[in-house]
Amino acid sequence: MAVLSDIRIDAPAAVPLRAGRGYWASVLQRLLRDPVAVAAGCVILTIVLAAIFAPWIAPGDPYKGAMLRRLKPIGDAMYLLGSDELGRDMLTRLIYGGRLSLFMGVMPVVFAFVIGSTLGIFAGYVGGWVNMAVMRVIDVFYAFPSVLLAIALSGALGAGITNAVVSLTIVFVPPITRVAESVTTQIRTRDYVEAARVSGAGAPTIIRVHVLGNVLGPIFVYATSLISVSMILASGLSFLGLGSKPPEPEWGLMLNTLRTAIYVQPAVAALPGVMIFITSISFNLLSDGLRSAMEVRS
Amino acid sequence: MLLYTLKRLLYVTPVAIGVSIVCFLLIHITPGDPLSAILPSDAPLELQIQMRAAYGFDKPLWMQYGLWFWKVLHGDLGTSIATGRPVAAEVTRAVGNTLILATVATLIGFTLGTFFGFVAGYFRDSPLDKLASAVSVLGVSVPHYWLGMVLVIIFSAQLGWLPPTGAGPDGSSNWRPDPEHLRYIILPALTMSVIPMGVIARTVRALVADILGQEFVQALRAKGLAEYGVFRHVVTNAAPTALAVMGLQLGYLLGGSILIETVFSWPGTGFLLNAAIFQRDLPLLQGTILVLAMFFVALNLAVDVLQTALDPRIERA
Repeated sequence: MAVLSDIRIDAPAAVPLRAGRGYWASVLQRLLRDPVAVAAGCVILTIVLAAIFAPWIAPGDPYKGAMLRRLKPIGDAMYLLGSDELGRDMLTRLIYGGRLSLFMGVMPVVFAFVIGSTLGIFAGYVGGWVNMAVMRVIDVFYAFPSVLLAIALSGALGAGITNAVVSLTIVFVPPITRVAESVTTQIRTRDYVEAARVSGAGAPTIIRVHVLGNVLGPIFVYATSLISVSMILASGLSFLGLGSKPPEPEWGLMLNTLRTAIYVQPAVAALPGVMIFITSISFNLLSDGLRSAMEVRS
Repeated sequence: MLLYTLKRLLYVTPVAIGVSIVCFLLIHITPGDPLSAILPSDAPLELQIQMRAAYGFDKPLWMQYGLWFWKVLHGDLGTSIATGRPVAAEVTRAVGNTLILATVATLIGFTLGTFFGFVAGYFRDSPLDKLASAVSVLGVSVPHYWLGMVLVIIFSAQLGWLPPTGAGPDGSSNWRPDPEHLRYIILPALTMSVIPMGVIARTVRALVADILGQEFVQALRAKGLAEYGVFRHVVTNAAPTALAVMGLQLGYLLGGSILIETVFSWPGTGFLLNAAIFQRDLPLLQGTILVLAMFFVALNLAVDVLQTALDPRIERA
C-alpha cells in the first residue's frame, strides 16, 4: 500500500479544491517575482488608497474655487499642481477624481465578469440549443465595435454615472461570455467531468467542484485585461459629457473642461489625462504579469 | 471558396438582423417618450395622439420594427429632428470624412505596428524587444483623446506648425487630398493610429515568435537558406493574420472615432453622433449607429473571406 500512495498522478483538477489553493499560491509567488507587475500593482494600490482616503490626504477642497486664482501653473506657491479653470486645486481634484474614475472604470468589468461568467458557464455546460440561443444573442452585441456600442447605449440612455456604468457593462458582457463559454465547453468533455457524472454527481456539484475551479481562472485573467480599456472608455464617456457631471471631480470630465486652457496652462490641462494613462497602463501591465504567472500550468 | 463565402453570408444575415433590432430598440430605451424631443411637454393631448400616429408609435413594437426595417432597406433612415434633412444624406456626407481619417490612421498604425512587431518577435527577449513591446503597451493603454490634446498642445499651441481643429481651411467640411487639407489630417490621423499600432505590434510579435519557433524554419536554415529567404517565409506566414487584424482595426476606428473627432472637430460620423446625442436627435443617432455597425459587420465578413482566401490552412468548415 505504501508503494501505491507514493505514485503521484499528475491531475491537478481531479482534486481541484486542494490543488487549486496551491495553484493560486504559486501564481501569487510568481507574480511577486515579476518586477514590472509588482511596480504596476503598487501604482494601482497607491491611486486606490489615495482615492479612498482623499479627505485626509488632499490639501484642499475639490469644489472650492477662487475666481482670482484661476489656471495657476504647476509648482505655484499655493497649488502644488496648479489650479483649474475655476481656481480649484488640481492636486486635490486629481486625488478625489480617482474615486469616480476608478469606480466607473472597474465596476463595469466586475458586473460583466459576474454576468458574463454565469451566462457563459451556463451556455457552455448545458450546450445544445440553449448554448446556440445564448451565443447568437451575444454575437449580435459582439458585432458592434465596443466604443460605438458604449456611445450608442449611453447616448440613448442619457448622461449620468449609472447609465455610463450600465452601458459599459453591456459592452463587456459579450467578450467575457464568449471566453467563459469556450473554456467551459472544453472542460465539460474532459474525462474527470464524465467520471464525476457517472459516479452520480449532479450538475450543481459538477459545476461547483470541477467546472468553476478550472474556468474562473482564465475568465478572471481575461477580465483583468479589460479594466484598462474600461478605464479609458469610462473617462472617455465623461470627456464627451455622457458620464459624470460638473462640478464632480472625474479625470475624463476634468480633461474636457480644461480643453479651453491648453493655450494658457497646457501642462495643467494635460494632467487629468496623465492620471488616466498611468492607471490604464498599470492595469494592463498587472494583467499581463498575471497572465504569464498563470500560463505555466499549460 | 464560393461555398465558404455563402456559408459566411448565411451566418452573418441573422447577426445583421440582430444588429438592426438593437439599433431599432435604441430609441425605445431612451427615458421618457420618444416624442418628447419634438413636442413641448404641455402639448394638447389631441396633438400628441396625432403625432404618435404620424410617427407610428401607436402600433405594436414588432410592427414598428417591420415598417422601420422596410424603410431602411430602401435607404430611408428617417428625418433628422434638428436639421429636418434626411438622416441618410447626413450620414453619407459624414461617413466619407471618417473613412478617410480611419483609413490613413490604420495604414500608419499598420506600418509602425508591423515594424515594431517584427523587431520584437525577431529579437525576442533582447533590449530591442523590450523597447518595442513597451511601445505597443503604451499604444494600447493611452487614452487617445488625451494624446490628441497633447499633440495639439505641442504642434499647434506651442510650435504653431499644424492646425488644431477642422478638416480644412475656412471650416471646410469635406476633406480633399490637396496640400492645404493634408495639414489638417496629420494630427488626428497620428492620434488615431496609436491604437492599431499597439494591437498590430502585439499580434505580429506573437506571430513572428511563433513562426520562428516552428520546425520548418529550422529546416530552411539547415538547408542553408540565407536569412533574407527565411524572413520572406516568415512574412508570408504572418501576413494573413496581420492583415485580418488590420481590417478589424479599421472597423474599430470607424466606430470609435467619436472621441478623436470631438477633440479635433473633424466633420465625420463621430461629430455627427456627438451632435445627435446632445440635441436629442434620436433618428440621427439611430441612423448613424446603424450605418457604422452594418459597416463593421460587412467588414468582418470581408476580412473573414479574404483571410481564408489568403491562408489555405484555415479550415473551411
